[in-house]
Amino acid sequence: MALRELNFTFTPDEPRPFPVGWSHRGVVGSGDMEVMFEQRDLGGDVQIKVCTPVVGFDEVWERVLDRFVRESQVSDAVIEINDNNATPVVVSMRMRQAMEEARKEAE
Amino acid sequence: MTTEPKIWNTLERDYRERIEAARPYVMDGKVVEAGDAVKLLEAVIRPGDKVNIEGDNQKQADFLAQCLCEVDTEKVHDLHMVQSVLSIPAHLDVFDKGIAKKVDFSFSGPQAGRLAEYVRDGKIELGAIHTYLELYGRYFVDLTPRVALCVGVSADRNGNIYTGFNTEDTAVIAEAVKFHQGIVIVQVNELVDEVPRVDIPGDWVDFVIQAPRPFYIEPLFTRDPALITDSQILRAMMVIKGIYGEYGIQRLNHGIGFDTAAIELLLPTYGEELGLKGKICSYFVTNPHPTLIPAIESGWVKTMYCFGGEAGMADYVQARPDVFFIGPDGTMRSNRDYAQTAGHYALDMFIGGTLQIDKYGNSSTATASRIAGFGGAPNMGCDAKGRRHATPGWMKCGEEYGMHDELVGDLPRGKRLVVQLQETFREKMAPGFVDKLDAVALAENAGLDLPPVMIYSDDLTHIVTEEGIAYLHKCTSMADRMAAIRAVAGFTEVGMAEDPAETAALRERGIFKTPADLGIDVRRANRDLLAAKSVKDLVNWSGGLYNPPAKFRNW
Repeated sequence: MALRELNFTFTPDEPRPFPVGWSHRGVVGSGDMEVMFEQRDLGGDVQIKVCTPVVGFDEVWERVLDRFVRESQVSDAVIEINDNNATPVVVSMRMRQAMEEARKEAE
Repeated sequence: MTTEPKIWNTLERDYRERIEAARPYVMDGKVVEAGDAVKLLEAVIRPGDKVNIEGDNQKQADFLAQCLCEVDTEKVHDLHMVQSVLSIPAHLDVFDKGIAKKVDFSFSGPQAGRLAEYVRDGKIELGAIHTYLELYGRYFVDLTPRVALCVGVSADRNGNIYTGFNTEDTAVIAEAVKFHQGIVIVQVNELVDEVPRVDIPGDWVDFVIQAPRPFYIEPLFTRDPALITDSQILRAMMVIKGIYGEYGIQRLNHGIGFDTAAIELLLPTYGEELGLKGKICSYFVTNPHPTLIPAIESGWVKTMYCFGGEAGMADYVQARPDVFFIGPDGTMRSNRDYAQTAGHYALDMFIGGTLQIDKYGNSSTATASRIAGFGGAPNMGCDAKGRRHATPGWMKCGEEYGMHDELVGDLPRGKRLVVQLQETFREKMAPGFVDKLDAVALAENAGLDLPPVMIYSDDLTHIVTEEGIAYLHKCTSMADRMAAIRAVAGFTEVGMAEDPAETAALRERGIFKTPADLGIDVRRANRDLLAAKSVKDLVNWSGGLYNPPAKFRNW
């Protein structure tokens, strides 16, 4: 199935710049996804690009990612997601895992 | 005035007529040759009879079921099937061929789609979908079978039956039928001079038949640890810490789901680390799940009473007689009736998964095109109102019950924990939370009086999703409960209606807890935490006593 690209930009209220240069989590297995975080100065914004075969869930993607940003307040990063039919559960978990891993590493 | 003397033994007279009709086929003692089985059934079954084909989780009277499909419909027709499980094709073939017309049952997993189709086409008149105990109860009231087609491992020529460790339903069926002058026919894998143990006494059995092949058995309770996902592990961590640990749950049931398999495999690792060994999970009522082997071997489990057996677990079970219920002959006996009773009254908690939960907290595994039935879940997944003994977890849940004062006043009363583990979205993005259950549409399509609800909202105490745990029993109103359900419902239609301010208030009141609130590090939710990562690991934990079926041997 053709892949689609979705792009989002979020501005967290109390930005916490992404603390390490690069981070990666997950694999593009069926029902799963990989996520890559790259540090970049975006003046407090965060950009997220999603490559997905799924049609009809753009609003769900936006809400899942919006909530991730609200909860983590991550800023100044480019995030790339390569999705293979991951459910919102898996998306949220992979994002949180990558974020917490990066913050732990920076401590 | 003269009246005819009333006849009080019509059943017995009818029984004798049928036995007489079967006489030509009886060889030695009570033995009938497999080749005469169809003729035997034609001789002893009459049109309109209530007939039971024993169908358990772990052993099927599949040869007799097949024979029933081959009877002459001139002689045998319009039967009313009364049995716990519709799981093999023959169970529905009898309707297709016009041999049977009505069914009362409990569970229909693999045949659920075909059953719905036959009901819609008018091929089957559906009585009711029961829970197991409910159906067994009706065997002694208004659904007593006239003829039962049962199954065992071995028999002697006098009809004494050894069921092996999958005793399950045989005892309750044989007793209901035989003590109402009915006919009990048993297929066995082998005829022997002396059975190792008499599970069903010979005088309760009319005929025994050595089937041409051993009865069908499916490894229904085997979950391959290799297929457990990170999100299941996250939910398992939350359950162990936020429910088992929080309430000190010592007596419980686990079903067949991967979620509970993940919990079982986390006990010796995460559970141990939390210092919970000896404080939770000491007594199980469950089938002997291979995924419980690491917890048993690590000394977590004191006893385990079983509904039935599990393929490949016989040697392991026999070698752990302190844990399992083993007879003087050295093998386990199970009984689904007793295990369900224990599930109802002796356990502190039921935990399991479901397909759909509605916005009020009612749940069902039915979909509009499948009549799946319930099995045992509703008996255990409810607050048994007849319970009168106190245990710490049951008391704590009762103390926290938000509606208690409204309903009971100031007297203390405990409450059973009924926990649902739910993934907000399953495969193909099917939502786990819905506005209205598919069961409602099914009831309309199939003309049922009652939508088949597995667990009702007023029995449900906790929902666990990857979002966190909703402690629903703490709610003081339906509005509270619905808000707590929205909080755990993630990005489903139900969850999208969540109001963040409302959710924050529920967190303040301890009604909703996120993994972070529970002190759970989500980074650790991965397969490294499993005590066994494959079936091979389970074999190793068992010291080679677990003998997995071929389809689980991938090494």
